[in-house]
Amino acid sequence: MDMSAFLTGGELSLSHSRVPRWRPGLGGESARHSEVFAAGNEASGAALALALALERLCEEEHEKRSLLWVQDEASVRLNGRPYRPGLPVTLRRRLIHVTASKPEDVLFAIEEGLRCRDLACVIGEIAGNPKACDFTASRRLTLAAEKHDASLFLVRHDAARDLSSARMRWQVRAAPSLPPLWNVEAPGSPAWRAELFRARGYAPGEWILDHGTKLSERRSILRQAQDERNSGRAEAGAEHSDTRSA
Amino acid sequence: MPQTILSRRIMAIWLPRLAVDRWRRIEGCAPNEGADAEPVALVAETAHGLRITAANDAGLAAGARPGMPLTDARTLCSSLKAVPSDPDGDRAFLERLAGWAQRWGPWTAIDAPDSLLVDASAVAHLFDGEAGLLADAQDHLAAQGLVARTAIAPTAGAAWALAHYGPERAIVAPEDDVERRLAPLPVAALRLDIEAVLVLRRLGLKRIGDLTKIGRDALKRRFRSRSPSANPLLRIDQLLGRVAEPLLPVVTVVPASAQRRLMEPIRHRELLDRIVADLAADIARELESRGEGVRRLELGLWRVDGEVAIRSLEFAAATREPTHIERLFATRLDDVEAGFGIELVRMRAVWTEPLAVLQADLDQGVRTPGTSLATCIDRLTVRLGARAVRRPVPYASHLPERAQRWQPPLVAEEASQEEPRFHARPLKLLDKPEKIAVLYATPDGYPKQFRWRGNLHEVARVEGPERISPEWWREKGHTRLRDYYRIEDCEGRRYWIYRLGLVDDGRGGLPDWFLQGLCG
Repeated sequence: MDMSAFLTGGELSLSHSRVPRWRPGLGGESARHSEVFAAGNEASGAALALALALERLCEEEHEKRSLLWVQDEASVRLNGRPYRPGLPVTLRRRLIHVTASKPEDVLFAIEEGLRCRDLACVIGEIAGNPKACDFTASRRLTLAAEKHDASLFLVRHDAARDLSSARMRWQVRAAPSLPPLWNVEAPGSPAWRAELFRARGYAPGEWILDHGTKLSERRSILRQAQDERNSGRAEAGAEHSDTRSA
Repeated sequence: MPQTILSRRIMAIWLPRLAVDRWRRIEGCAPNEGADAEPVALVAETAHGLRITAANDAGLAAGARPGMPLTDARTLCSSLKAVPSDPDGDRAFLERLAGWAQRWGPWTAIDAPDSLLVDASAVAHLFDGEAGLLADAQDHLAAQGLVARTAIAPTAGAAWALAHYGPERAIVAPEDDVERRLAPLPVAALRLDIEAVLVLRRLGLKRIGDLTKIGRDALKRRFRSRSPSANPLLRIDQLLGRVAEPLLPVVTVVPASAQRRLMEPIRHRELLDRIVADLAADIARELESRGEGVRRLELGLWRVDGEVAIRSLEFAAATREPTHIERLFATRLDDVEAGFGIELVRMRAVWTEPLAVLQADLDQGVRTPGTSLATCIDRLTVRLGARAVRRPVPYASHLPERAQRWQPPLVAEEASQEEPRFHARPLKLLDKPEKIAVLYATPDGYPKQFRWRGNLHEVARVEGPERISPEWWREKGHTRLRDYYRIEDCEGRRYWIYRLGLVDDGRGGLPDWFLQGLCG
């Protein structure tokens, strides 16, 4: 019998604390500004941002507005440009791509995109921890996103977890994919190991997410269980909860 | 007979030597002097070789005639000089002349290839009568070096006929009998096709008077065409004003502009911003009155010491919002050197598009605050440059990096065939494929282990090869093919790699491996 559908002890204990757990399909309406931390040598960050954005867009039927994708030069070099034949079919005709040479310009372009009522959402990519990308800047973006009811998914390549006012902060890396139906030797649909390490309104947690046709959860790895297994990571977790309270 | 048509006065100006006169203007010589003293013919290339389209006086005297092959004319006069004719230039010149001819009347039209029509109703008294008007027109055209024949009549057809075939400076007064005055003119004065003129001549009808004598029914049976240029009856009706003849007037378009001449030259940025705001408001008002929106704006700043700085602005969509214009110019004026001061600022709408006056949607601003897409694109383009804001569009090519092109975001996408759905393509593509070092390749051909950017990757799953051949119609013969593999390494990272060439394809040494795409 498949036991994975049942809640484990840790999950039950969490449900007592009245903090809801995030799950795919929930969207996260309140979180207008999300950050995704990922390594620069894999496309998992951009892919998870896109999957979250698609989930948000699917809530609104007959959405025809464009999507703004802003990158700085460093992230273009590190991680490449979006490639139209590889994008989801619904987004292929709706992508507007912006390259900026400086992180300041990326922040400017993102803010202009958030202010625009004809854009469905904004995806940003910044490599590293540039000076311009400080707490004030992130607060500015959060306020702009919440004021204009727009969504922002900011991908941070090879970046340390600095101070930020993003409502949901993810750390993501690639996970082995499920074998596809026809060719078991081939790589399957995208899968990531995503850790929600700070969120407003949700308990932190870690998941293995699949993105076939829509975002789905393969396995939920409980944070506490993981902490017990790996004490080194537990310390890191404590550090983040400090950040959360800050 | 409708009185309104016959009460009009149309002046026809025929420039019989337009092409030669224009050539002489370009050469810069007086009639029969300098280059014009020798026989010269203007020639055009036709299916039957070079043919003469026009000749100067010396050329005509030597025997060259329009329509004659150049070789025939050369047998008559071996020293005949041939100059290529320029019909497009003549047409453009005539258009400019039509604008200039509005000095004699508010409405002018071009009658290609060499005539102008001017509506001279109720303007003759400004030139001391209609004879004075014709003399004035001929004087002014002669001063420009143009030979002209002119006539005034109640209809355009009659004026044209008199200018071409009537006496010099003919005037048909409103009370005159037009039919009687035009009766002695040849049938060619009816502006008919050559075929129609030929038919009339074969029928023995040589003058307009002959046509009016034989009665309408006979002509109607013979000529059934609805096109006026092939139907003499229709042409006679137009000539006499029984049928209205629509003509296309020439309208000179003056671009919307606004300027400020400053009493005291300004040297400070705040004042300049203020002036730009005023100009933006002025030009927006003018554009609104015309029902237009601007796509490209030019701002000229004239300095006291004779320097001119020009800043131009291009918009993603037609607009006439002063605050938007002002805001975009604010970022473009940072590098303007004021020097000793700026004394004149002019804003000009170089490229405009129709933009209807819209009812302001008071609700929308409340419901969805924020900017429109065009405004957003404008702001991004002005700060980041036009090449920074783009939209990917498909392009018909098998090579992955060529299968996507970039175009401005608001330009409509061209219709194209959809990409095949059975190819899995990566989410992101590197601008330049990066070389990877393959440490261990399987006998099947794909790598088991490779090093990229200093990291070791152990391949766990693989799909491929997908062979993409070079585009032989475009690339050189020694370009190697590519075998693409979609791989996943032990940690789950998915990439798109390819091998450039085969081991034994004879196009270089051992094939290299490249990583081109990152899959989601």
